[in-house]
Amino acid sequence: MGAGHAHPLYLDGTSPLHRLPAEVEIVCAVVFVFAVVATPREAFWAFAGYLAILIVIWRIAGIPIRWIGPRMLIELPFVTLALLLPFAEGGARVTVLGLSLSVAGLYAAWGILVKGTLGVLVSLTLAATTPARDLPLGLARLRVPAMLTTIVVLMLRYLDLLTAEVERMRTARLSRGDDPRTFRQIGATARGVGGLFVRSYERGERVHLAMLSRGFTGSVPTVGAPPATAALWRAGLVPAVCTVGICVTAWVLR
Amino acid sequence: MTAAVHLEGVSFAYPDGRAALHRIDLTVQPGERVAVLGPNGAGKTTLMLHLNGILTATEGSVTVGGLELSRGASRDTVREVRRRVGIVFQDPDDQLFMPTVAQDVAFGPVNFGITGTALDERVHDALAAVDMTAHSDRNPAHLSVGQRRRVALATVLACAPDVLVLDEPSSNLDPVARRELADVLLGIDTTHLLVTHDLPYAAQLCTRAVILDEGHLVADGPILELLGDPALLAEYRLELPWGFRLPATDPHSPGERSVTPPIG
Repeated sequence: MGAGHAHPLYLDGTSPLHRLPAEVEIVCAVVFVFAVVATPREAFWAFAGYLAILIVIWRIAGIPIRWIGPRMLIELPFVTLALLLPFAEGGARVTVLGLSLSVAGLYAAWGILVKGTLGVLVSLTLAATTPARDLPLGLARLRVPAMLTTIVVLMLRYLDLLTAEVERMRTARLSRGDDPRTFRQIGATARGVGGLFVRSYERGERVHLAMLSRGFTGSVPTVGAPPATAALWRAGLVPAVCTVGICVTAWVLR
Repeated sequence: MTAAVHLEGVSFAYPDGRAALHRIDLTVQPGERVAVLGPNGAGKTTLMLHLNGILTATEGSVTVGGLELSRGASRDTVREVRRRVGIVFQDPDDQLFMPTVAQDVAFGPVNFGITGTALDERVHDALAAVDMTAHSDRNPAHLSVGQRRRVALATVLACAPDVLVLDEPSSNLDPVARRELADVLLGIDTTHLLVTHDLPYAAQLCTRAVILDEGHLVADGPILELLGDPALLAEYRLELPWGFRLPATDPHSPGERSVTPPIG
């Protein structure tokens, strides 16, 4: 119950990036990712440019590389897939260290790897500098439909609660001698998930009743920090403009 | 004087035909503190949900501060009644859903059209009333049960209700959290309805009690009189906890009831 209980992906700080309203950061991150994805994969220098922009952002936000590193592990399954491509693809082949590799496969693997990695890095940067509580407000200001922001608000709140419930059920099962290493636990877990579904459904109804009692009319009101000024928009979108510039240049020089 | 809450011949049956309330008559005066007692499944929560129009009586009428809640009541009427009657639900996790304590406290007032500095004031006052100002920017999920219960109370106080309805406020609280909540509740002088089967807590916080059993209102009177009648309690599956003794003399108001633990 300590005070430092924030989301594990959030890195507390006071940098200009942390103070930037969530809506600016969301737009910037989305534009960045789209620019990366749209860049032709043969333009190697462009990807180096994107990484350079990210490194500058990390310096400003005070995010150490060693903080980013472990959180990159989420990308591993995609890396595995990318590594298979040079072997599996057909077409022209080159021989590297005695291995016969497909040229098309190598390009495809490079594309997945570099675009995926940059995407994950951008998402991590967004998560590290935007408190989860500001996300719904940011989304609402970007004219995302009220229904969706309500769902985001409820998910942010109840996902933790659900995880805690799953954990308590598991502890209770283990306390009664269930062995986590055997396949028998799969059956018990499946039944637990069923029970959890029913309980969550009932909780959903109770939450709705409680919301109605406080005058809920269909949208969660958005109160919080003031919206971004034009100056903040201009400053905050600099990285996005740079990435779009790199992307366009890459296409022109192609 | 207009009654704070007036129920006349209220009956309710769930859509599956199960009758939950039978011809309930109940009048609560402004400022009164009434405990609604009864065993599990007696219809206490169903009755509570009638007070702000979540459920509508199949027969009879519910009037809140002179405003009648009938089956065809307009949206505005229902809304006004929901502002007047604040319900604090039993599980704070059902009530608190916003990312921070302050945002959750603001949820109700914003729905009722409060904005700007008036809103900030409401949020601040409500959090101060339950002594949770220091936690306003925290995630409700990371508070203790006692703190979450107090925040849930603040979310309702922020709507400035005329009638405060509390569903089992003492459940899952440790003795200190229980006393702290009692301190807060005794300091609020709106009309109280305390739905509970925690009889000592009801005795401490209320002056009057009604007993509900299988949807019937079976007793109504000064709380110490009702609780001092073992035969009556036994008949409706209620009993005082072991070792608990009612105070010999009746203090005039709940405000005079000691909330600090007895010494010696």
